[in-house]
Amino acid sequence: MAEKRRQFDGLSRELIALRIANELEDGTYVNLGIGIPTLVSNWIEGRDIVLQAEIGMLNTGPLAAQGQVDQDLINASCQPVTEMPGTCYFSDCESFAMIRGGYMDVAVLGALQVSEKGHLAGWNNPERGFPEHIGNIGGSMDLAVGAKKVIVAMEHTTRNGDLKIVKKCAYPVTAVGVVKLIVTDLAVIDVTYNGLVLREVAPGLTPEEVQSVTEPKLIISPDLREIQL
Amino acid sequence: MDKVYPSLDDAVADIPDGASIAIGGFFTAGTPVQLIQALARKGAKNLTVMCQSMGPGNEDITPLVVQGQIRKAICNYPFYRSATRGADSPFEKAVRAGQVELEVYPMGTFVEKLRAAGAGLAAFYTPTGVGTVAERGKEKRKFNGREYLLEVAIKPDYAFVYAWRGDRTGNLTCRKTARNYNPDMAAAARITIAAVEGLVEPGELDPDKIHIPGIYVQRVVQVDRRNYIPSID
Repeated sequence: MAEKRRQFDGLSRELIALRIANELEDGTYVNLGIGIPTLVSNWIEGRDIVLQAEIGMLNTGPLAAQGQVDQDLINASCQPVTEMPGTCYFSDCESFAMIRGGYMDVAVLGALQVSEKGHLAGWNNPERGFPEHIGNIGGSMDLAVGAKKVIVAMEHTTRNGDLKIVKKCAYPVTAVGVVKLIVTDLAVIDVTYNGLVLREVAPGLTPEEVQSVTEPKLIISPDLREIQL
Repeated sequence: MDKVYPSLDDAVADIPDGASIAIGGFFTAGTPVQLIQALARKGAKNLTVMCQSMGPGNEDITPLVVQGQIRKAICNYPFYRSATRGADSPFEKAVRAGQVELEVYPMGTFVEKLRAAGAGLAAFYTPTGVGTVAERGKEKRKFNGREYLLEVAIKPDYAFVYAWRGDRTGNLTCRKTARNYNPDMAAAARITIAAVEGLVEPGELDPDKIHIPGIYVQRVVQVDRRNYIPSID
């Protein structure tokens, strides 16, 4: 029996992050979730983008180098980070007040599944075998409902080739109807009222190939093009 | 008003079996590990703890789990990310075996429940969790066309908090991201015990840079800073 695996090669995790960095506008406040989203920070140096860390920090600087590590200065992924000119600190409670309060322009989040309605499932992987009401929620539910725009950064399918862009999320959802844009190793997809619109495909891939690993029917954008980096 | 206790063990000596305790800190930043260790020595049982995590970045809580001191945990990010590391974690094993009850809330809801208790509020409506398992058993209500969930305040008996500097009257100054849950937990609890790295006399802290006013703090203990390497995987 053939081993199940990903069918197509596309962008690396770093390049998914770069594609998302290109999507961010200057003058915005952005929160990056755990996983691929964190890598976006590597591509925005010098840009006028302020990163929020939900632990209670605005203007989060790059990861701390060896010897610079300060255990009192970490991001929400528990990585030691650095200060920037303009950094400010506040409590976790205030951090979530600004998240729910609608001040975050963009949240970039990872996902286990995204539905064609923009439902996001990312906090509870049933493979861990917990009851469906417990798991690591962290800040994901607040960010998903609070941010003005939610971008999902993820691989298009699982390592086993299972589909992650689905008609209905089988996994417990983080929030309903919140995802506006999906960026994967294979495609850039807008979530619209009419359905999922395929805007860009990875170099060398056809829209049919992307459709073959996407459960809902994709609407092909009239401006469809290769992902530009 | 001198709130300084001579030792960590004195500061936790009256914590009875069945107490509920909010524990500040976000992974390595601002976790009062010395008070957690004192609670393990004290051995109070049947406890309810409220904290971010029950292992990741908070390994000092594991002895409380192993010694069977915890009946219930209320968290937002309880488990290790890695399934293999999680499978070896005493807390995860205890939850799976039904020995410890676990309630999980979204991070913003978790801390707002504590803030509300400290601010004398019974409950609040939040948009977070609508349409998810978090809405089970909760009142859902529409305001201006948007749905919200009713979440009730949580008032712990005790809070363990951590501060960079504190004076004898309990005014506390935190450092960088080590502030996190500490101010809201301090306000929420009936008795707040602060572990401070640097104990100073009243007047030595900049009054404009007090993050936790002394009115919320009943006990102060000086501790040595302990450096450690973060990992949540």
